[in-house]
Amino acid sequence: MKITVTDQAGDVHELEGLEGWRVMEVIRDWGLNIKAECGGALSCATCHCYVDPDWLDAVGAPSDEEEDMLDSVGDVKPNSRLSCQILCSDALDGLKLTLAQSAAKDG
Amino acid sequence: MSTEITTDVVVIGAGPCGLFAAFELGLLDIKCHFIDILDRPGGQCAELYPEKPIYDIPGFPVVTGQQLTDNLMAQIAPFSPEFHFSRMVNSIEKLDDGSFKLQTDADETFFTKVVVIAAGGGSFQPKRPPVPEIEQYENRSVFYAVRRMEDFRGQDVVIVGGGDSALDWTLNLQPIVRTLTLVHRRDAFKAAPASVNKMKELVAEGKVNFQLGQIAKLDGENGQINHVHLTTEAGDLSIPATRLLPFFGLTMKLGPVADWGLELNDNTIVVDTEKFETSVPGIFAIGDINSYPGKLKLILSGFHEAALMAQAAKAIVSPGERVVFQYTTSSTKLQKKLGVA
Repeated sequence: MKITVTDQAGDVHELEGLEGWRVMEVIRDWGLNIKAECGGALSCATCHCYVDPDWLDAVGAPSDEEEDMLDSVGDVKPNSRLSCQILCSDALDGLKLTLAQSAAKDG
Repeated sequence: MSTEITTDVVVIGAGPCGLFAAFELGLLDIKCHFIDILDRPGGQCAELYPEKPIYDIPGFPVVTGQQLTDNLMAQIAPFSPEFHFSRMVNSIEKLDDGSFKLQTDADETFFTKVVVIAAGGGSFQPKRPPVPEIEQYENRSVFYAVRRMEDFRGQDVVIVGGGDSALDWTLNLQPIVRTLTLVHRRDAFKAAPASVNKMKELVAEGKVNFQLGQIAKLDGENGQINHVHLTTEAGDLSIPATRLLPFFGLTMKLGPVADWGLELNDNTIVVDTEKFETSVPGIFAIGDINSYPGKLKLILSGFHEAALMAQAAKAIVSPGERVVFQYTTSSTKLQKKLGVA
């Protein structure tokens, strides 16, 4: 499966995702500008991304715990998600998302 | 008051790898002092995921961050390490005799033969909201913590956030401020329900103004804000304000480590894999903050690094002394140090 990620600088990257990986792990593995400091434990919000509106239904709504973590960033939009909470699957082949400023390594 | 402390080893960072270093150093009769920016031991395990299960600590099928921290504290207790919490090392200076002088932001000076940097992802610092030019107002009219309540008396205060810090300070500051507006992105709060209820009572009494939204921009001059601009579902809104308190939690920043003259690689400290020593002899780096070919950011890697570092540190602390490698299972000498023989 492939995911298309637009980074904070506006550069577009097409990444090969592996089934069962967290989207955050794929983005981090490819060396993009993502801090992901808690490593996927849903304990920070430094893998914050905006899901392309066309993909919101397929990705689904954030959990209550994820909503709570989103309180710790100041650039939340209706399509905000934590990329560590999205699992790669064939159903998400072609997923498009944009990294939030609050996910930047120097954020 | 300034304090001077002389010791063999200063460990910067009291996370799991730093704590285990005190064990390996202790077996070699080396005493250490810890300096950590948090107010308790555990580092990321305590701050980021105290309740989250960890599954890859050898010998523990499952252990939480807090349990691991508590166990490590019990394990190193026989060596009585000393902890200096809620402070940050600002500078490290190498002295002519090869030892080091460290200054903290709590006005302490440490003189030590060896420095071990076990600072994980760096130091935990308040998250800065993505607002243009917020830096120019920081510590003058924008604060990330309340150090002196008097700084807020009679002020028009805007507090941002939905957690305990935001709610607690809303309740504590309300009696002394001129106006108080709590801004949060949604009408649901992570804070303790009792605080949320109290806040809602104050809103009903007209003593606190609650506004849904996110901060977008600040107006002001010479470090003094006068308006906070919000993005809300109903459009943009501007609130007169003289103090802003954003509470978005903590994030790790490399911080002063970057200025200590060490060879770095992508925000990590380059070390060798024999001693885990940095480009400055006598300064070691273990755990998530170091990098070397094949590095894995695992707690267990940090434990291994701590053991090898301790052997190298011993040679600096006690030059010329022969170190006999011993096991805790069989050495009565080691068992005496651990208080079990």
